[in-house]
Amino acid sequence: MQCFIGIDLGSTTTKAVVMDENLQVLGRGITNSRSNYDTAAKVSKQEALIDTRLTLFRRALADVPGAAGQVDAILADLERNFRHIQFLEQFDDLEATCIGNISGPRFEGIAGAVRDVLEETFRRLRDRSAGLFAPGARRKSDFFRDLAGADFMQVGEAVSKDAGLPFELVLNLYDKSIIEVENRPPAGEMEAKFLRALEAGTMDATTIAAPVQAALAIPLEETYVVGTGYGRVRLPFPKEHIRSEILCHGLGAHMMYPGTRTVLDIGGQDTKGIQVDAQGIVENFQMNDRCAAGCGRYLGYIADEMNMGLHELGPLAMASTKQVRINSTCTVFAGAELRDRLALGEKREDILAGLHRAIILRAMSILSRAGGVKDQFTFTGGVAKNEAAVRELRKLIAENYGDVQINIDPESIYTGALGGATFAARAALN
Amino acid sequence: MSDVVKEPSMLLQKELIARNYDAITSSRETGRKVSSTFVPGNLNELLLCFGIVNNLPEINAIQNGMRKLSGDYIMTAEKSGHSEDVCTYVKADIGMMGKGNIAPNGKPFPNPDVLLLSYTGCYTFMKWFELLREEYKCPTLMLHVPYEGDGQSTKNMRDYIVKQLKEVIIPGLEEVSGVKFDIDRLREALRNSARAEDDLVWVLEQGKRTPSPIDAYFGGVYYIGPIFTAFRGTTDAIDYYTALRAEVQARVDAGQGPLMPDGTTLSEQKYRLVVEGPPNWTHFREFWKMFSDEGAVVVASTYTKVGGMYDLGFRHDPDNPLESLADYCLGCYTNRNLPNRVEILTKYIEEYQADGLLTNSIKSCNSFSAGQLMMMREVEKRTGKPGAFIETDLVDPRYFSAANVKNRLESYFQMIEQKRRGATRAA
Repeated sequence: MQCFIGIDLGSTTTKAVVMDENLQVLGRGITNSRSNYDTAAKVSKQEALIDTRLTLFRRALADVPGAAGQVDAILADLERNFRHIQFLEQFDDLEATCIGNISGPRFEGIAGAVRDVLEETFRRLRDRSAGLFAPGARRKSDFFRDLAGADFMQVGEAVSKDAGLPFELVLNLYDKSIIEVENRPPAGEMEAKFLRALEAGTMDATTIAAPVQAALAIPLEETYVVGTGYGRVRLPFPKEHIRSEILCHGLGAHMMYPGTRTVLDIGGQDTKGIQVDAQGIVENFQMNDRCAAGCGRYLGYIADEMNMGLHELGPLAMASTKQVRINSTCTVFAGAELRDRLALGEKREDILAGLHRAIILRAMSILSRAGGVKDQFTFTGGVAKNEAAVRELRKLIAENYGDVQINIDPESIYTGALGGATFAARAALN
Repeated sequence: MSDVVKEPSMLLQKELIARNYDAITSSRETGRKVSSTFVPGNLNELLLCFGIVNNLPEINAIQNGMRKLSGDYIMTAEKSGHSEDVCTYVKADIGMMGKGNIAPNGKPFPNPDVLLLSYTGCYTFMKWFELLREEYKCPTLMLHVPYEGDGQSTKNMRDYIVKQLKEVIIPGLEEVSGVKFDIDRLREALRNSARAEDDLVWVLEQGKRTPSPIDAYFGGVYYIGPIFTAFRGTTDAIDYYTALRAEVQARVDAGQGPLMPDGTTLSEQKYRLVVEGPPNWTHFREFWKMFSDEGAVVVASTYTKVGGMYDLGFRHDPDNPLESLADYCLGCYTNRNLPNRVEILTKYIEEYQADGLLTNSIKSCNSFSAGQLMMMREVEKRTGKPGAFIETDLVDPRYFSAANVKNRLESYFQMIEQKRRGATRAA
């Protein structure tokens, strides 16, 4: 079948969306941009194609009487097994790479011992990996680097200690190797892995094997790919396959909410205010000027300063009872203000509420430069997932522009890629 | 960087500029007096009457920007206490003094004998010369040109300027130079000016053609060189504009676009733009390439009018010499109010059949930048053509973020393309 693919190479994450000829989204994929846009583009596309297979399975299973009422469970099982198989393959690659990197004067006389430690560490981790993909298991991240790294520190250190070897030696090998592995997209045919996942599954294979195999047999033809985002110039695409993220975000927001007239996107390093017409055509835009003050990275920096996870900021800010005024949207100054307020005895949640307000005030200024907010207003980008930021935005939009419908799609991080996929489909179909 | 391909007119201009720098730096030997003055409201014909050499600090700052010296000069000025937000032309000038005041020909600039301050809308000019006066302890002659706040000049304003010319400027220049004022000499210079102005206007108006044989911004800043500086009123300027006109005519005849620095011509023109605001000088070629790589040509610009709006009909007039100097100063782009600038931009978009208005907002130039966003909105409303806003600086290299500027420009060009394809489909 024809697949139209949009890839959005952002400063933090790379996103891909696969669309069919009816402009229906079939799959979405995301990965960390890892300063290697070539790999990030490949991995995100692969992820979106995996997601597309799952959509095709869902469609195929919809007509299977024996699967009625269990489709979600079947798909979850299939995906878990698939992810586990893929994880183990990458894990094998990581082990082989680590062992291959044992060379040089530092390892003289101990190469064998280091190899033993690595093999034992990887053996234990492999045994534990099933737990990561068990039903109901919560993974902090789906990126291989995060999954592989978390336990390696703990297990590797214990095994090294038992063997009487300094853990740094092993850790250095790991650090070097993870970069190499991460920059190699997972190898092997996706279809074969899904077949193995099917075999490993807990579900009744007799009912679902035929429809799943039939769905797997549908060839996914990459009919047209459009790239956007900061890394777009790195894509090995002809020029007409590359679109600016302004246009892609405008069109993506229009596809999600056709009534959209104003779009606010707060990404990692830029904030965009975009006006679109009834067809999703960009009429006007403004971006943050000269520096990335008040962008997503601001929150990342604050999270680091407070020794918290990025996703913990919003919920904590929501618990505030009063708002501390933070004037600066300069990342570095905000860090200073933060420590100053903490020293004065202000509560973390109240300071955080103030920081969220500061970032949204900055966005409001960009919106007013872009010509204000018109009904409907669609908020996209990573920061749209932050409830405290959304709360402040709702307040300020109501104060400044009155009763405006505010749209926030849970998949809003894919807006640029969605616009890209739509451009791809239109370019090929028109 | 590869060698820049230059046309004969550019070589001629280069020689003119070199000759003027030599005249300035050898003034102590030749006994000629030196004046510092500004481009907008430049009274070059009057200086010619007294044999005074014209040194223009703004041009020196531009030269230093293009020769990658301004960054160092600006830091030197900041070290001596000038804030980060001050006009970077001023800081490049002050910093140059701190570093030995060396002219582009490698010789030291002499101290000016007079500061001729014609104030035409840029408040910083007064502060700039206040600093120079402190440094050089030389006489300052100030010509106060009333701002056209109501969008037009009045007889009163004109009389006020003429009175200042008669009572302050001319006697002051006589005293500095020891030369008696001769109005016939002024008439002769003004006659020369008007001839060159006719050719300049002809060249700038070729931007109305498709394809445009000129780039009215990146190429335009070369075209205005002689007439905005020390050559207006000279036969050198007449020769330059005759040569330039012939070159442009040849491109018109050949159906060619403007010559790019790499020697190619930009004949495949996908986007026609009107640009408001001065260019960035520190990354001039890189900035230009961002346009030409996308097939964008600038068909009209306001920056090429800061030293006189000849395209709106004004000519220096030998029959009314002092009055026409007054009208010239009043009409400079920097002396016009916001509604007037909106009208000019709207007229350019329409008459030059442009796809839209691009504003290059200059961080350290409040007199240009204030109100630019409002102006852009108004022009968009009147023309129905999309605008875009980018931000750089004149000669401070720290404020040119290439990736961001390129990103916005590409977005803007694609937006124009998308709009052009019509409202029925967005791809």
